[in-house]
Amino acid sequence: MKHRLFWPVAALVSLILINTVARPQFASITIQDDRFYGALIDILRNSAPLMLVSLGMTVVIATRGIDLSVGAVMAVSGAAALTIIDNSGDANNLGTVMVAVVVALLVSLLLGVWNGFLVSALGIQPIIATLVLMLAGRGVALLITGGFITTVNSTPFEFIATGYMVLLPFAFFISVAAITAVALTERRTALGVLTEAVGINPEASRLAGVRSRGIIWSAYAASAVLSGVAGIIYASNIRAADANAAGQFIELYAILAVVLGGTSLMGGKFSIAGTVVGVLIIQTLDSTILFLGVPSAQSPVFFAIVVIVVVIIQSPRLHRVVRNLVHVARSRGTSESTNDVEVAG
Amino acid sequence: MRGITIRFPGVLALDNVDFFLHPGEVHSLMGENGAGKSTLVKALTGVYAIDSGSIDVTGSSRVFRSTFDAEAAGISTVYQEINLCANLSVGENVMLGHEPRKGGRIDWKAVHRMAAEHLEGLGISIDTRSMLSNHSIAIQQLVAISRAMVLDAKVLILDEPTSSLDRGEVEQLFTVIRDLRNKGAAIFFVSHFLDQVYEISDRITVLRNGKLVGEYLAKDLPREDLVTKMIGHELDDLAAISSTAARLIDRTETPILKVTDVGRRGVLDPADLDVFDGEIVGIAGLLGSGRTELVRLLYGADRADSGHIEVGGTPAKMTSPRHAIDHHIAFSSEDRRAEGIVSDLTVAENIVLGIQARKGFRKIRRAKQESVVSEYMAALDVRPADPNMIAGNLSGGNQQKVLIARWLATAPELLILDEPTRGIDVGTKADLQRKVAELSEKGLSVIFISSELEEVLRLAQRVVVMRDRKCIGELDSRKVNLDGLIDFIANEGKGSAA
Repeated sequence: MKHRLFWPVAALVSLILINTVARPQFASITIQDDRFYGALIDILRNSAPLMLVSLGMTVVIATRGIDLSVGAVMAVSGAAALTIIDNSGDANNLGTVMVAVVVALLVSLLLGVWNGFLVSALGIQPIIATLVLMLAGRGVALLITGGFITTVNSTPFEFIATGYMVLLPFAFFISVAAITAVALTERRTALGVLTEAVGINPEASRLAGVRSRGIIWSAYAASAVLSGVAGIIYASNIRAADANAAGQFIELYAILAVVLGGTSLMGGKFSIAGTVVGVLIIQTLDSTILFLGVPSAQSPVFFAIVVIVVVIIQSPRLHRVVRNLVHVARSRGTSESTNDVEVAG
Repeated sequence: MRGITIRFPGVLALDNVDFFLHPGEVHSLMGENGAGKSTLVKALTGVYAIDSGSIDVTGSSRVFRSTFDAEAAGISTVYQEINLCANLSVGENVMLGHEPRKGGRIDWKAVHRMAAEHLEGLGISIDTRSMLSNHSIAIQQLVAISRAMVLDAKVLILDEPTSSLDRGEVEQLFTVIRDLRNKGAAIFFVSHFLDQVYEISDRITVLRNGKLVGEYLAKDLPREDLVTKMIGHELDDLAAISSTAARLIDRTETPILKVTDVGRRGVLDPADLDVFDGEIVGIAGLLGSGRTELVRLLYGADRADSGHIEVGGTPAKMTSPRHAIDHHIAFSSEDRRAEGIVSDLTVAENIVLGIQARKGFRKIRRAKQESVVSEYMAALDVRPADPNMIAGNLSGGNQQKVLIARWLATAPELLILDEPTRGIDVGTKADLQRKVAELSEKGLSVIFISSELEEVLRLAQRVVVMRDRKCIGELDSRKVNLDGLIDFIANEGKGSAA
């Protein structure tokens, strides 16, 4: 119970257990047409967009910030990619798709640089700075698509979200690659610890000579690029750029995933592994609702109840109260009554 | 207040202190950092519960469980940071919680009329419908006082009310204070400006290290006696440290740091300072004298708006700490919790933070990190000797050592130490002083700021004296003793400023 990932992992495992007890085929994985099939594989595949967005969100939150624009960036990225493919004439050309993806990611990077500029150079509060793009971003996406929902039929593009590689979904490999990339840049370089220092005590970090501006800037840039990838996966999955539906409310789920993973919204210490577990909890919960056949009208309530329980279980204050209760119960059992001393006031 | 005792975990913050406020009198509470001034104020305002002792208000004993209890007993406080609602109007602030009502609704006309009357009672006429934040700090302070009048306060506590006021504003405030005193209020005044304390006070109580030193009539207490009583005398085992004050410094070479006319409006009058190779320059002066402000400006922690700085003979821009660090200057702040330690990181991470920040994102190899950490933890005797301990859990003295370790690891040529020995035990103090002396013998230049003048005189070859935000002189520590220095701080240049 000492490890900080204990409670998140326990929550994830119990969710899976509940599902398996309710319907044993939940945990079964079968091989058909050289692919794994099963609810757990679906969770891995479907969690990819939220995984990418949440990884970026983790780093931003570590700097004491927040990025509300992730969903809008997804919409812009998808719109940019699909517009290029749509206008290319040869939607099935792998080269075209690669150009489209690269351009979409560069556009996302630009948006991230804009967010970082507002926060680190102009000193605008992160929640306000990224709110600008959250509201304006979908307009930009509509501008790119000319106001329509652009749809394409492009085999290489569809492969991104729906394709399989060595038995597993391609999107899962994108998740793994992103987790690895973020973990390596944060933990193998000094970026992670400097980010934490800035998040814990900005003034002490400044006086120690940490270049906090660049660190904060890079966090928003990374968040936007990861959101851009998420936007491409989303667009690939529905074969369309839907500027309004893409990544709707994903910022809230991403923040939830980060918090479930044990990273404080106050910034500072962050856990990439925790965020990964947080994302899997949310995605498993999503599947649970489908799997147990909770009526769609009641699913938000079900979702909320489970989240509340998980958050309360993790609360340090609850842990303290429980410890005190246990302590009191034990000392009542062992010690005799002590003399109360009245202190003259 | 009689026999007030307050204990914090591990510390006796106030030890059996008596404090008597009389109606129609201004009573100042004096003492250096950690003397217990603010603890006493907080006991009287109900912020802290007292462990023993009693508080009587107009003859009847009171127990304050909250600030609300204290206010109900007629004790009002005006803090240095204004605790009013900046985004409400002046009138709303004055009458907050005591709005006259008409038919269940607030009678706004009456609110503003009554607020205006209270303010005029203090001799100020401003539009009560204007936003509080549009007014100067001085006016805001007067608004806070008139709010105290609405509460019909018998005791008015003014905690550092003048620290962000200019001369004229202080005069205006003092006029109001005298007026209230003459009407029979008991005024409890806390300030670190000696001139102001003497100007306004009838009575002075001095605290040191949580103990009562004594209560005096202001007119019977010469300034140098007051300063001596505030500072007190150090324990003997510190005196055993060999003095580095007499070491000869070659001042014919180019100074490693040359500061000319550096200042900032409202913060510090333009000041000069030279530091030579291997020299320890002390800066002496009471809290708020401008000593911290000066070093922050020359480190680039705050921006100067006048003057220029030369490092090793070449002009240097100090607009951010990075610039100072690039010139091999290190600065350990007086506020180690807020500006030094990164509390959730480990001791090792805190120590390497300085070199890591300089190096950029390429991580310092683990072996190198470990050797740096163990070298400096041993050199400074950080306890417990566990590099993986969370730095926030260390004692104050050991946090200070971690900070000095962080800076020494960057191999600075000039180390600025602001109150490095504040709030730490005598043994650790001696360790730190010995270390500073040892380093300067190896050629490190040091700027050493401390409220403890013995410490400054023992270490520094030269002492720059500051008061009321300006440099008032420079002394050769071979030619001055403690009494001479105290006298200088208290009296030199007196009259020219006021």
